[in-house]
Amino acid sequence: MKFAVIVFPGSNCDLDMYHAVQDTIRQEVEYVWHTADDLSSYDAILIPGGFSYGDYLRCGAIAQFSPVMAEIKKAAEQGKFILGVCNGFQILTEARLLPGALIRNTSLKFRCHPVDLVVENNATAFTNAYQKGEVIRIPIAHGEGNYYVDEKTLAELKANNQIVFRYAGENPNGSVDNIAGVCNKAGNVVGMMPHPERAVSELLGSSDGARMFESVLNAWRERNGAAIGR
Amino acid sequence: MAQQLAAKEPTAEQIAEQKIYRQFGVTDSEYERICELLGRKPNYVEIGVFSVMWSEHCSYKNSKPLLRRFPTTGPRVLVGPGEGAGIVDIGDNLAVAFKIESHNHPSAVEPYQGAATGVGGILRDIFSMGARPIALLNSLRFGKLESDRVKYLFSNVVAGIAGYGNCVGVPTVAGEVMFDEAYEGNPLVNAMCVGLIEHDKIQRGVAKGVGNPVFYVGPATGRDGIHGATFASEDLTAESEAKRSAVQVGDPFMEKLVMEATLELINEGIVVGIQDMGAAGLTCSSSEMASKAGTGIELYLDEVPQREEGMTAYEMMLSESQERMLFVTKPEHEEKAREIFRRWGLECYKVGKVTDDGRLRIFHKGQLVGDIPVKALTDDCPVYHKPSQVPEYYIRNASVDTMAYEPVQDLTEALKKVLGSPSLASKEWVYSQYDYQVRTSTIVTPGSDAAVVRIRGTRKALAMTTDCNARYVYLDPEVGGKIAVAEAARNIVCSGAEPLAITDNLNFGSPERPEIFWQLEKAVDGMAEACRVLETPVIGGNVSLYNESEKGAIYPTPVVGMVGLVHDLDHVTTQDFKAEGDVIFLLGETKPEIGGSEFQYAVYGVTEGRPPQIDLAAEKKLLKAVLGAIQKGLVASAHDLSEGGLAAALAESCFGRGLGATADWSPGIRADLALFSESQSRMLLSARPEKADELEAWIRSQGVPVVRLGQVGGENLTIRIAGETVIDAHVEELRRPWKEAIPNRMK
Repeated sequence: MKFAVIVFPGSNCDLDMYHAVQDTIRQEVEYVWHTADDLSSYDAILIPGGFSYGDYLRCGAIAQFSPVMAEIKKAAEQGKFILGVCNGFQILTEARLLPGALIRNTSLKFRCHPVDLVVENNATAFTNAYQKGEVIRIPIAHGEGNYYVDEKTLAELKANNQIVFRYAGENPNGSVDNIAGVCNKAGNVVGMMPHPERAVSELLGSSDGARMFESVLNAWRERNGAAIGR
Repeated sequence: MAQQLAAKEPTAEQIAEQKIYRQFGVTDSEYERICELLGRKPNYVEIGVFSVMWSEHCSYKNSKPLLRRFPTTGPRVLVGPGEGAGIVDIGDNLAVAFKIESHNHPSAVEPYQGAATGVGGILRDIFSMGARPIALLNSLRFGKLESDRVKYLFSNVVAGIAGYGNCVGVPTVAGEVMFDEAYEGNPLVNAMCVGLIEHDKIQRGVAKGVGNPVFYVGPATGRDGIHGATFASEDLTAESEAKRSAVQVGDPFMEKLVMEATLELINEGIVVGIQDMGAAGLTCSSSEMASKAGTGIELYLDEVPQREEGMTAYEMMLSESQERMLFVTKPEHEEKAREIFRRWGLECYKVGKVTDDGRLRIFHKGQLVGDIPVKALTDDCPVYHKPSQVPEYYIRNASVDTMAYEPVQDLTEALKKVLGSPSLASKEWVYSQYDYQVRTSTIVTPGSDAAVVRIRGTRKALAMTTDCNARYVYLDPEVGGKIAVAEAARNIVCSGAEPLAITDNLNFGSPERPEIFWQLEKAVDGMAEACRVLETPVIGGNVSLYNESEKGAIYPTPVVGMVGLVHDLDHVTTQDFKAEGDVIFLLGETKPEIGGSEFQYAVYGVTEGRPPQIDLAAEKKLLKAVLGAIQKGLVASAHDLSEGGLAAALAESCFGRGLGATADWSPGIRADLALFSESQSRMLLSARPEKADELEAWIRSQGVPVVRLGQVGGENLTIRIAGETVIDAHVEELRRPWKEAIPNRMK
C-alpha cells in the first residue's frame, strides 16, 4: 500500500505523518509537494497539520486553490482513502470535501494537550480497528478547531452516521455537538482536529492513534482482496 | 563622498556641531574615536551604522571583559561563542547547536510582536548554522500577577511565543515563568532554540572569496525596527512607548519558508557563508561576515527589495525587518540557489560582492554613501571597564536573621500558599498554548524538571532546561550565579542526562551604575566557577543590560539554558512518583536556609538576608551519583529540590499520577525551616522496594548524604517531622491551589 503525505509550504506535521505510517504499518510513504498534478499512484492521501499558507486568512482558505487539490477531489470521488488532520481537516472543509467549517476556539487560545475521544463511527476506512463507543486518548494542538455546522447539516451528519469522533469530557474548543472528526457520506474521506499521528507510541504518551493507520491498511486489503495477505 | 539626498538628513558637519550622534547613544569620546578611525567626520549613514554596531547589544562593550572569564572550551565543543550559536558534539557524527537570546525591550512595549520576533530571531541563529531547529524554550519574568498591565504583558507574550513557534512547527518544550515586583516595568523575554546538525554541515557567517556575490533572501525591507539595537541598549522610560516603531513585526510563515529553503541550500553544499539579519539588520550581518573572513563587502542598496517607497540608505542599513538572511555563494552556484528559493516561493537578490579591501562600502542611487573599515565596526569599539561597588542593600542584608521570624504553625496552609504562588504554581495555562509535540519527538513534556526530545534513528535524546532564581542572584550575585548553573545541571541529571554545556542570557540593569555592574561582575564570576567545576562550558549567549524602568532595576537575572545528553532512552526519568510502595529518598544536606526562598516571599512577603549557600564539589558528587544510579536502572523518579524546598518537591512528585506519600524525618531543625528551606544540592529520588537498598548503598558509596524518607502510597501527602505530623492533606487538596493559581488570576 502506498501513501502520499501532501506538503504545503507551511505544513509542519508532514514529518510526523510520514513517520507514523512507517512506524505503525511499515508501508510505503512519500512526501508530495502541493504542486503535484498526479496522485494516481497512491492508495491513500494524508493531509497533515500545520499552517498551509500561514493561515493569516481563514485556515486552509488558500490551500484549497493549490494544484494538488483537484487531484485530491478526484481521488475522493474514486473512493481512495483520504485523511485530513488539523489543518488538513480545515483544508478538506474549505474544499467542500467535508461538511462544516472550523472557527476559532471559544477560549480564543491555542490549545495543546491530550484529549479523550469517543469513537462514534467505526465503519470508516480509518476507524475499523476501533470498537464503537471506545474511548481513546489523542492530543489536540490547534487555535481554530471549533467545528461548526448548521442544525440542518448536523441532522444530516447524524442521519448518515458521519460523526466519527466526539470529545469525551470537556469540549476543548466549542465544537458543535462535541464533534472532533467527521467523514463524507461514503466514509472514505475523514477529517479530524486531534492528531492520531502524535499518538503512535507509548514513548509519546499514547499509542491509541496507531489503529487509525492499521484501519486504513485493513480497508485497503479488504478492497483489494485477500490475495495481498498480511 | 556623496551628500545624502534626503533633505531631512543632517550633514556630517551638522552631526558634529549639534552633537546629533548623542541621540543614537554615541558618546562624545566615541564620536571622536569614530572620526579618527574614518579620518574624517561620519555622514548620517555612517554614524547610524556605527551607533548600532557600537551599541551594547552588538558590541558587548560593557560586558566583554567579564564574558572573557567564562570557560568556553571543552572536549565536546565544536563551535564556541562568536557565531550564531555554539555547537557541541554528541557522537555519531551528530551535534547539537543552541543559543538563548533576549527580546526584553520590544516585549515591554509591544508584547505579542516583541515575543514573537524574539522566537523568530533565535530560530534563525540556529538554522543559519545549518542546524535543524528541534525545540524552543523560554525564560520569562513579569511583575506581580495582579495588575491589568502585568496580565496584559504576560498573556500577550505567551500568545506571541505560541503564535510564532506553533506556526513554524518547532515545539516549545520547556521554560520558566516567574513573577515578582522587580519586573513590574521591565518584563524579561528570553527565547532559546536547540538544533540538530551533522558535523560536516556546520556553517559559519563568513563572507569569503573575493568577487563572490552576496545575496539577500526574505521579505522586503521596511522601516520597522530601525535602531532596535540602540533601543535595547537604554533604559525603558515613558518615551519608550513613542519608540514603538523600533519593534518589528513577525511573519512565522515567511520564517518557515526561509528556514526550509536555507536548510536545503546548505544541504546542497553551495553556501560559502550565511548569517541572519538580526539586530542591526543588514549592517551587522554584512560587517560581521566580512570581518570574520578578513575581507570587505560592497552593498548595492538599490538592489535591496523595499517594502516602502523612498527609503533612504540610512533606513535600509538600520532596518530590523524580520525573517531576512544574508548569504554568500560562488558565482557558478547562483542559479541553483535561485531555483531552491523559488521552489519555496522566495526570491533572492544579489545585493553585494565580497572585496579584498577590508571596507564596508555602501552604494545607493549610483553614489557611494558610506565607506567604513569593517574592523572599525566589529573590533574597534571601545571596551569599558565600569566601576563596581558593593550595594547598600547587600551590606544591610548581612544582619537580617531569618531564623528570628515567627515560626509558622499551620504548615499545610503554608504549603498551599507556596504551591499557589504563581511563580511556583502549575504553568499549564502557559504551555498548553504552545505546540510542544509537533515533530513527535518530545518524550518528556513541559512541567518537568527538564524536557526530553528524542533523536530519531538513535537511542539518544536531548534534555534541556532554562533556569535562574533571580532572588538568590539579587541577594548574593556570586552565589546566585553558581546556583543558576548548578540548578540547571540538577534538572538535566534528574531527567537522566549528562550535562553538556550552557548558553547564558545576562539580564541586568544599567552597567553605568556601579552597584549594578558589581552584580554583573559577581554573577559572572559565580557562573564561570560553576561551569568550570561542573564541566559545562559556555558556548554562546546574550547580554541584555539597561533593564530598568522608572521603578528601578530588575533583579539581576542571568538565565542559564542547558542541554544534556541522554545516552539511552531507557535512562529517561521523570519527577512523578510511579507506584504504591516505592521508597522515597532525600539526597543532600538540609540547613535552615530560607533567604530568597519562595516560602519567605509567599509567607513573610519579603526577599532578604542571604540566599542558600552552595558547595560546588558537593554538587558535582550529587550529580555524578544520581546520574550513575539512573543509568544503573535504580531510580523510579527523580526531582530537584528548588523553590518551595522539600515540601513542594514532595507535593509535585505526588501530582503527576495522583499518588500520595508518607515522609517521616528528623532533620534536627525547626519543622517549617526543614520543609521549606531551599538548601542546594538536594534531590528527591524514589525506587522500587526491591531496588531501594541497592540505591541507598550506591548513593552512600558516592559520598552523598542520603536519608530514607518514606514511601509512596495512599491518597494523602503526610509529613512527620521528629515524630510529629506537620502536614497531612489529600493530594487533590494540595493540587487545587497549585493548578488554579494562574488560571484564576487570568480569568
